[in-house]
Amino acid sequence: MTKAQSLWNQGVKIGAIGGVSVLIISLIGMVESFGKRDIIAGVLPMGVAIALIISILAAYMAAKKTPISDKSIQFANAVVSGLVISGFLAAFVMIGRSFNIREMLVGASPVLYSILTGGVAGAGGIFLLLLTGLLCGAFAGILYMLRDLPRRLTVNALLTIFILGLLQELILPILKAWDVGMINYLAGLFYTLNGLTPVGAILSVVIFCILYLLWNANQGAIKSKYAALPKEARKKSQIAALIVLAVILIVLPQFLGLFLSEVITIVGLYVLLGLGLNIVVGYAGLLDLGYVAFFAIGSYVVALLTSPQIFAFGLNFWQALPIAVICGILAGVMLGIPVLKMRGDYLAIATLGFGEIIRILVLSDFLRPWLGGAQGIGSIPNPNLFGFQMVKPQHIYYLLLAGIILVIFISLRLKKSKIGRAWMAMREDEDVAQAMGINLVATKLLAFATGAGFSALSGAIFASKIGSVYPHSFNVFISINVVCIVIIGGIGSLPGIVVGAAVLMGLPELLREFAEYRMFVYGVALVIVMLLRPEGLLPEARHKMEFHDETEAGAKTVA
Amino acid sequence: MFQKWKDRVTVTDIVMWMIGGTLLLLCLWGSVSTIRAGLYTKSHWIDFLIFGLAQGSIYALIATGYTMVYGVLKMINFAHGEVFMSGPFTGYFVATAMWRSDFLDNHPIMAIVAIFAVAMFVSTMVAFLVEKIAYRPLRGAPRLIPLITAIGASFFLQYLFKGLYGSGVNAYPDIEILNGFWMIFGIRVLKIQVIVIIAAIVLMLVLYNFIMLTRVGKAIRAVSEDKEAAALMGINVDAMISTTFIIGGMAAGAAGVLYALMFKQVHFFMGFLPGLKAFTAAVLGGIGNIPGAMLGGIFLGLIESVAPALFLDGLGIIAPYQLKDAIAFTMLVMVLIFRPTGILGERLASKKA
Repeated sequence: MTKAQSLWNQGVKIGAIGGVSVLIISLIGMVESFGKRDIIAGVLPMGVAIALIISILAAYMAAKKTPISDKSIQFANAVVSGLVISGFLAAFVMIGRSFNIREMLVGASPVLYSILTGGVAGAGGIFLLLLTGLLCGAFAGILYMLRDLPRRLTVNALLTIFILGLLQELILPILKAWDVGMINYLAGLFYTLNGLTPVGAILSVVIFCILYLLWNANQGAIKSKYAALPKEARKKSQIAALIVLAVILIVLPQFLGLFLSEVITIVGLYVLLGLGLNIVVGYAGLLDLGYVAFFAIGSYVVALLTSPQIFAFGLNFWQALPIAVICGILAGVMLGIPVLKMRGDYLAIATLGFGEIIRILVLSDFLRPWLGGAQGIGSIPNPNLFGFQMVKPQHIYYLLLAGIILVIFISLRLKKSKIGRAWMAMREDEDVAQAMGINLVATKLLAFATGAGFSALSGAIFASKIGSVYPHSFNVFISINVVCIVIIGGIGSLPGIVVGAAVLMGLPELLREFAEYRMFVYGVALVIVMLLRPEGLLPEARHKMEFHDETEAGAKTVA
Repeated sequence: MFQKWKDRVTVTDIVMWMIGGTLLLLCLWGSVSTIRAGLYTKSHWIDFLIFGLAQGSIYALIATGYTMVYGVLKMINFAHGEVFMSGPFTGYFVATAMWRSDFLDNHPIMAIVAIFAVAMFVSTMVAFLVEKIAYRPLRGAPRLIPLITAIGASFFLQYLFKGLYGSGVNAYPDIEILNGFWMIFGIRVLKIQVIVIIAAIVLMLVLYNFIMLTRVGKAIRAVSEDKEAAALMGINVDAMISTTFIIGGMAAGAAGVLYALMFKQVHFFMGFLPGLKAFTAAVLGGIGNIPGAMLGGIFLGLIESVAPALFLDGLGIIAPYQLKDAIAFTMLVMVLIFRPTGILGERLASKKA
């Protein structure tokens, strides 16, 4: 390979990867179905925005990976990779227009071609596409050459627009709910029913830039002021922050509409599930893929005890709840015993098997007289608190909030207790932990039981929220979702779980077009997070340390 | 003597033996009462057996991929079920195209070869790329990480193919020469089932001989024995790992076409259950052990087709076929508990349990 060739290698290679990525998201229909939602109304549909983001990112990487630090070569590399990406797309559009590939690739529709070519037919559209690629590459190249502050400012400003546009359905109803003339005016200025207005986009960039620069200038001063405070004052300010957070959490559903409250309760359910699994996976290091079984057990126990169908025990929710949690804990111990000796992937597969066995059993006609079979169990009464029926999602929200706070409290206490330390020792090395005198059997079973109890609690609330349970609600995807939340949020970290649940469960509910690609995006997210940031988004401090320790040690052995 | 025994056996062991014993007794009780009740005739049982063999040989082919990857990387390639799906799903479009142009009816053998070639190529490429993109950067990472990556890759592939080819269930076109019956020793057997069994056995023999007799196969075995030592002996470890994925992908692609020809349908989720079953088969035979995976696959196929009728009908369970998958998973869990080394696996006993 000549030297000139090797200079352009990265540009072409990364461009090809970017091109294939954009092609994939176009072909699976993401660009087209996201085309209906605008980031900036009438200017930038979300599908195109995602394609642009990927292209710019790829071009930026190409500039960064250029073997020599010559500004012009780096810039040229970015442009090359931008061109390669658009070249891929152009070739695809030309092939798609001349041959019938729709028979096989269902996403290759004329609408997609028209989106990709900016609505211009014929060669003009192809030219426009290539030009866009070129501009993306040039933009990335310039971005790479900028100094640190302006670069961060540009990137974050663009991200602000993207996020504000993305969360239109979240922000607009909240603003509208105030119903004050001033705020209504502002809402109208920034948002249409379909994304930001161009004026809103420009205004938000300006506001963001001012805030960012202000923060940037005063950041050091604020931090040092905070650090200079005496210890009690710092503690007081922390408590004050907690109180503010609590007030926000308590009044939150009053400002959210019915739909958003529904979304929040779904997120809450998954937070509860995630907190439970966090004990098993995060603290004790046991990868449990059959976690949904305990969720199902909690739901079915509440359903059987409170629903007038099948047995008609006629208990109310509050009587059934502790029984459900106890059943969950017992099930945790019972399913825990067989897998005591397994580790790692064997454990994962065995628990996955358990989850499926339970689902198949519940679904079967054999147990139908007792568990309702595929029809499930219906007419589960809503929880009744001192004569107050909890019907709306807003009411369930408070139930969940109470549950989450309780579980977080237990988790935090457990983590610092002897058991918590035993779990973490076991997570690091079972043999060493045993040699240190930790009773592996009891410790493992405690982890399974605690996690299962939390999961059953979540299942109980789920059953009374939905009002009916079906075996199909308890498939392996729930387990996988929860594992994703725990791992992408940051193994072992409680704030990570809340963030993970909000991002992985809340966002797809808000972006309904997204729901179809939910599992696809999870798959990509899992792989990318594991490759780039194995400690997760908001890692526990200790875990983060471990991962970085390991990479350093790994680098040393390689060297 | 008794004291020594008492020290070694824990409460959990006793509980486990009790559970295992109960299950065994239930199976025995079920079999005896089924046979005594005479619910099924001899030809029923033969049908079950042949169907079980056909299904089992498909599991066996997939299981070899799991087992070889486990051998070289010590990880479960969770995405292998999707490697299995990708081939026949792509092959479906080739098949329908040929069916529409009458090529399928005029040159059925060539058409089948073409379907196999396309499917095996696609599966191989998918397996190769998954290893290269998702697993290679994680060499030496803590063991949980490649497993989670594999789960991610599996979902990515499932929904990628769903997005590309649509979410419907696609019916494979009928191939005339594979329809109908043969009379073998006076027993009526479906042609397709016999063909599947023979094809799978031939493929497995080829694969086994490749691993045992060629230089590349020897290198792969060396890598799964000890990576560092193999590297010192001048073996390109990364290339051998890639080769392993390629071979596994080819076997999975071929298995996928056999599966599609037998069950006549493909969809994006078709890899999930066979993938899990094949993993069960690999564990059953002793993971890391190629003949073990083949045996395990055939055994699992047989159990799955015979057990619902044999074990459960006699116990008075309604619609026992709904519980077929539960039987397979129960067996998986039982094997993992009582003999994690599998039927043939001894070598891996202390290392991975």
